[in-house]
Amino acid sequence: MTTPTETSGPASGAQPDGASTPEPPKKIEGRSPGRIAWSRLKRDKVALAGGAVVVLLILAAVFAPVLTALFGHPVDEPHPDQINPDLGLPKGAFGGISGDFLLGVDPTFGRDVFSRIVYGAQISLLVAFLAAALSVCIGVVMGIMAGYFGGWVDSVISRTMDVLLAFPQLLFSIALVSVMPNKLLGLGDTGVRVAVLVTVIGFFGWPYIGRIVRGQAMSLREREFVDAARSLGAGRAHILFRELLPNLTAPILVYATLIIPTNILNEAALSFLGAGVRPPTPSWGQMLSDAVGIYQADPMYMVVPGLAIFITVLAFNLFGDGLRDALDPKGN
Amino acid sequence: MLVYLFRRLVNVVFMLLVVAAVTFGIFFMVPKLTGTDPAMLYVGKIADKVAVEGIRHKMGLDKSIIEQFWLFLKGVFVGRDYNAGTDMTHCAAPCLGYSFKTEREVWPLLLNRVGVDFSLAAGACVLWLVFGTATGVVSALRRGTALDRLTMSVALAGVSLPIYFTGLVALAVFGHQLGWFPINYTDLTDDPLAWFEGLVLPWVTLAFLYAATYARLSRATLLDVLGEDYIRTARAKGLKEPVVIGKHAMRSTLTPILTIFGMDLGGLLGGAVLTEKTFNLRGLGYEAVTSIQSSDLPVIMGVTLFAAFFIVMANLVVDLLYAVVDPRVRLT
Repeated sequence: MTTPTETSGPASGAQPDGASTPEPPKKIEGRSPGRIAWSRLKRDKVALAGGAVVVLLILAAVFAPVLTALFGHPVDEPHPDQINPDLGLPKGAFGGISGDFLLGVDPTFGRDVFSRIVYGAQISLLVAFLAAALSVCIGVVMGIMAGYFGGWVDSVISRTMDVLLAFPQLLFSIALVSVMPNKLLGLGDTGVRVAVLVTVIGFFGWPYIGRIVRGQAMSLREREFVDAARSLGAGRAHILFRELLPNLTAPILVYATLIIPTNILNEAALSFLGAGVRPPTPSWGQMLSDAVGIYQADPMYMVVPGLAIFITVLAFNLFGDGLRDALDPKGN
Repeated sequence: MLVYLFRRLVNVVFMLLVVAAVTFGIFFMVPKLTGTDPAMLYVGKIADKVAVEGIRHKMGLDKSIIEQFWLFLKGVFVGRDYNAGTDMTHCAAPCLGYSFKTEREVWPLLLNRVGVDFSLAAGACVLWLVFGTATGVVSALRRGTALDRLTMSVALAGVSLPIYFTGLVALAVFGHQLGWFPINYTDLTDDPLAWFEGLVLPWVTLAFLYAATYARLSRATLLDVLGEDYIRTARAKGLKEPVVIGKHAMRSTLTPILTIFGMDLGGLLGGAVLTEKTFNLRGLGYEAVTSIQSSDLPVIMGVTLFAAFFIVMANLVVDLLYAVVDPRVRLT
């Protein structure tokens, strides 16, 4: 794929902005769509800021042990001295925020909220990324097959997607998560819960990607390069994954980026309903769920995890929106 | 038209059957995996062997899964008799069985709960549809202005916020701190004014989050539509701008809005789990979570079917509305 080159300036002979010192004429070169998208993305400050926050969050999650060692306390370590024993609430103002406890302590136990937020990011991002990967894998394979083959293959896959979208996903997810055993296939408690969360969220997410890929594959199927490949004797698998798939990378990339924030919200929602990782492993949704009963007395404990979710999801959305605009062939 | 309607109705029934079968299959398998006996759940832990066998026989739990599913379906359409010798109970159609926990019929239980969700959805959906779409349209028409950037920033924040955070903040500020609204739900039939006041906060918070999505979608769609040839034609033949926008552009802009409106409304009627937990409302979602926590299989089954029914029906109504709204759509 090539795109028309920008051949104004030197070719027309006029200096575009009337610069007095003639610069050496720019070499005319074809720019690949990828490079056009990248140069657009570089100009989009908001999207870049979103991307930067995303990178920071990932780093924070990866280096959670280092961060808590430097700025916090061990994640499960109780600090009863920080808690008012009569109320079970932090002694200090604003949820016990101090130089020692950067985001305060949690009620009842007095654990360091900063550490729990950072470790919560691990779970949140891990589940969101893996579930997105699962959705993309299933969605792409199903969508591309439905779109390319059409006929009964399309009917079966499309009906399956309809049924999945008609499922009360949240209810179903809670039900599934709550009946899973604590240990499975050599995984520990948290491992099982993460695996189940990834499976459930990822599985219910694929129809969204599947529908988009299906639509794109349907229109690509009619293009000449597919005919050419077919007449050269290419097999089905080659056409699907070597000819069609590369042309689908842009929409897949965009929807993969935009499905991650949705997954973060889903994971937090399931944890909020008590179907996430089991305590004492920290997660943001579970902290908010704990905050429901005490938000009057200890509002900070509600605000901190809420903001953590908000900032993370917003950053992904900003980056995803920017990426979509940058990859949009109609944009300028 | 009639043929189309008939085909769609067949489709609806088919989808509900699949949802029912999958739910039934999974929750029939789960007790086997975890080693709990459904009959034991009915009679409690202290029951003797004879009582357990009696209830197992009466509820048909000793039959094969196919037979049990058939009996369940029959119950939904023509009612069902539970009998064990002299002890006979009749459950009139639509019969969804008896709760394991309360041993009451599931159907009236669900009917009791659904009022809350109807109340919640009724107010919220009007708010978000009107404000969301209006904001998006104004934003698209004033593209690039400060107003556009401001509303779209707010909308982006809106899609990044979960209800269990904004809801709690709204409760803390407007419910407790300022005391403007009651924080309890009252039934419409008990006291209409209290019903209204109690629902203002849930309505507004929920509507804000949904409106954000609708504003983004309607802005993007309208911008796309305004680039179409038929809009240029309409302008070229001298139509006034309000007519071009209001009569020509808006019709096709509303189509995707209707699509997600159907999905959102259907989903909400079938149990707004997160909103209900945040605002302490006792609707279908609350019933679902409670029944899941106590492995109350018949209730889980009932809620899932209820929810799927609303989603599927809402989608059907939306598809019929397409033909009214968008002149390009023909139902065949």
